[in-house]
Parts: sequence; structure tokens; C-alpha cells
Amino acid sequence: MAEKVSNKSVLFNPFSKNNPVIVQVLGICSVLAVTAKLEPAIVMGISVIAVLAFSNVIISLIRNTIPTNIRIIVQLVVVAGLVVIVNQLLMAYTYDVSKQLSVFIGLIITNCILMGRLEAFAMANKPWPSFLDGVGNGVGYAIILIIVAFFRELLGSGTLLGYQVVPQWCYEHGYVNNGLMILPPMALIVVGCIIWIHRSINKDLQDD
Amino acid sequence: MNKQSNIYTTIYIIVLVLIVGTVLAVTSLSLRDRQQDNVNADKMRQILASVKITANDGDIKQVFDRYIVEQMVINNAGEKIEGNAFDIDVATEIKLPDAERKLPVFVCKTDDGSTKYILPAYGAGLWGPIWGYIAVDSDGTTIYGAFFAHQGETPGLGAEIEKPAFCDQFAGKQLITDGNFHPINVVKAGQTPAGAEAYTVDGVSGGTITSKGVAAMLSNCLTPYKSFLENLSNK
Repeated sequence: MAEKVSNKSVLFNPFSKNNPVIVQVLGICSVLAVTAKLEPAIVMGISVIAVLAFSNVIISLIRNTIPTNIRIIVQLVVVAGLVVIVNQLLMAYTYDVSKQLSVFIGLIITNCILMGRLEAFAMANKPWPSFLDGVGNGVGYAIILIIVAFFRELLGSGTLLGYQVVPQWCYEHGYVNNGLMILPPMALIVVGCIIWIHRSINKDLQDD
Repeated sequence: MNKQSNIYTTIYIIVLVLIVGTVLAVTSLSLRDRQQDNVNADKMRQILASVKITANDGDIKQVFDRYIVEQMVINNAGEKIEGNAFDIDVATEIKLPDAERKLPVFVCKTDDGSTKYILPAYGAGLWGPIWGYIAVDSDGTTIYGAFFAHQGETPGLGAEIEKPAFCDQFAGKQLITDGNFHPINVVKAGQTPAGAEAYTVDGVSGGTITSKGVAAMLSNCLTPYKSFLENLSNK
């Protein structure tokens, strides 16, 4: 059994000190892929929060019945089912965004954060802490996604959520959007900068 | 009860899969109509984009019905045949021999009263499918506008085919010059052959394979309309 930890730290630790993206460096693939614009990043963040929270709860509820030798398969089936439902909902209610996210919603199944949380937390804890753990880690992931997408859309397209924010006179005086920001390599560099800033604030995370 | 026994494991996974399968089936069935509406609305938006008509998400259907006055299906001899133009999947039609292909035509009446014929196209880019809609004036030769879209071309390179900088080049090009039919060709910028200006556009730099894909798509998808367009221009 995992050591006893307070619900509060279960919820808030993944925001910063134990952030899945910038401390555990999980789920990087989708961070690179969906952060060129802010809107898909927000939808992706919400989707991951939902899938993570509910799969954590479901696995936690049935954790004592799962035969040990097929537990990974059971986790996958639950996650895959939830992901398909989320994908269907997006196609029905936010069609444009679901077109932009395309395969990356489906790829939530393979996001290491999910399997990591199910194995490490939900299999050993009660439903309520598991729910908080799922929400916490999902929000931790979404925060990074939104920060990265904010800078990439602002510098790469001059817009935020599709609205022009860089004024026209900037372009008339020779400002140009940085086309590189739209391409995946810059997402990695932005994530790197966030990790840099985060570690220089939290000195205890630094390796010797 | 022994939770590690084979029987328990087998029954457990069967029950789990049945439950998950039922939930998924119910979700899929209850959302299908909405999803199909979205797909149709998206198609209508793309068709209207080729004649430079935009509509808000909510009233796309009304706008489509107002401007698209007729939808017909023709064969490669230019004769009308039975069928519903909107439901024809161009992706499967292009694999058939020309003589068997069902060719959708969307007839659009614009605000100034002129008639445009919108022809769909479907082909392959570098990474995946590309498609588009070409609007032709009622003279059967002058292109009024074009809309292109893609599934996964490289952003900044091949993906530029959906940008106005590329699409707007098509306006004013001629499909029929001096009685000869030419589907629009896409060449490297600045390498238009002399005398072919009326039916050649510049490709996207850095997106050579996508540009060639557009040229191949237009050749494959517009050529079957040759008789139809020649009939229009002879009227």
C-alpha cells in the first residue's frame, strides 16, 4: 500500500513539485503535437483531465477484483473505452477542434501519465483520493500544455484563441511571426525553458 | 474465491469487455446523428468556400440551400444521371474507370445572379489525402475560385495549399484555351512554360510533392468533366 498522504497534497502536488510533464517528463509527445494553437491545447487538457480522473476512479473501484496477471489489460480497456467516448463527444459537439486534434485524442490511451497514475496510485487507493490524483495530474499536464500553447500561438501566429493580438502596426514596422514556433521543435524548446525556470525556483528538484 | 485462477480471469475479462462494449455502442449510436450533421455542415462550408461565401456555424445549412440551387450527377459524356450529388464519395469514384464514374456538380447562384458550377476533386498529397472544390463560371472555362484542404501536409510547406495565397491564383485561369481542354497545371514558381499562362499556377516552394499532388488531382478529377464543360462553353 502507498504511504498515507493527505488529499490536499494528492491534488496539489502534481501542479508543480511533482508535475507530470516538467518533473516526471511524461506525455511529451502530445505536448509537442497539440500546442501550436491555444484552443486545441485547452480541449486536449480538459480531455486528459476527464479521462485521467474517471479511469482512476473506475480502476480504484474495481481494484480489489482485478486479477493481477491481467491488470494492465484491464487498465487499457478502461482507458481506451473512456478515450473513445471523449473522442465521440468531441466529434459531436466541437467538430472543428476534434479535426485539429485528430489522432491525438486517440493517443491519450498511450499517454504514459495515464498508465503511470493507474499503476502507481489508483491500484492502491480509495476512489476519492484517486479522483483527486487524476484531476491533479490532469491539471498539471493541462497547465503546461496551455503555457506552451500560449507562447507558440502568440509568437508563431500573432493570435490568441484565434483573435489577432499583435497589432497591425507592428507588422507594418517589420515585425514578422516566427514560423518556427508553429513547428514541433519549438514546443520542446519552450518546455525546456519552462523546466529551466521551474528548477531554478525549486532548488530541491535540481540534481547535483 | 481464487482471483488468480484461469476461470476467474477469463470470466472477468469477458464481463469487462461486454460492459465496455455496450457503453461504447450506446454512446456511438446516440451521437451518430449529431456527428453526421457536423460532417455534412463541414462539407457544405468547404463547397461554399470555393465560391467565396462564408457562413456562421449555426446557419450553414440555410446559406447552402440558398446559394446551391441545384445538385446533379453527370457521367463523363456530360449527361445527367440518377443520383444524389451530395452523398457521392469522390474518394471511391476516382478509383473507377472514367466511363463508370459518377461526377457530382453543385450549381451555385451567386448574389449578382451569375451561375457557377462547383466540381469536387480528391487526390493524394505527401502524407495523406488532399481534396478541394473548383468553381467554374457559366462559360465552362473560366475558374471563379478554388478551395483546397488536406489531412496532414507539413505545416508551412505543403499545408500552404489551403491558404489564399495558393487558392487565389486559380481565379481567372482558363480550362479551355483555343478549343483544347487543359486541367490546371501546378509548376515550380516562375517556371510556367511560355503560352501556358492561362492554365498554369505556381506551386508551393518547399511543398513540391504536395503541389504535384494538386496537379495530379486536378488532372484526374477535372478531365472527366471535359464534355460537360465543353458543352457549357459552346452554348
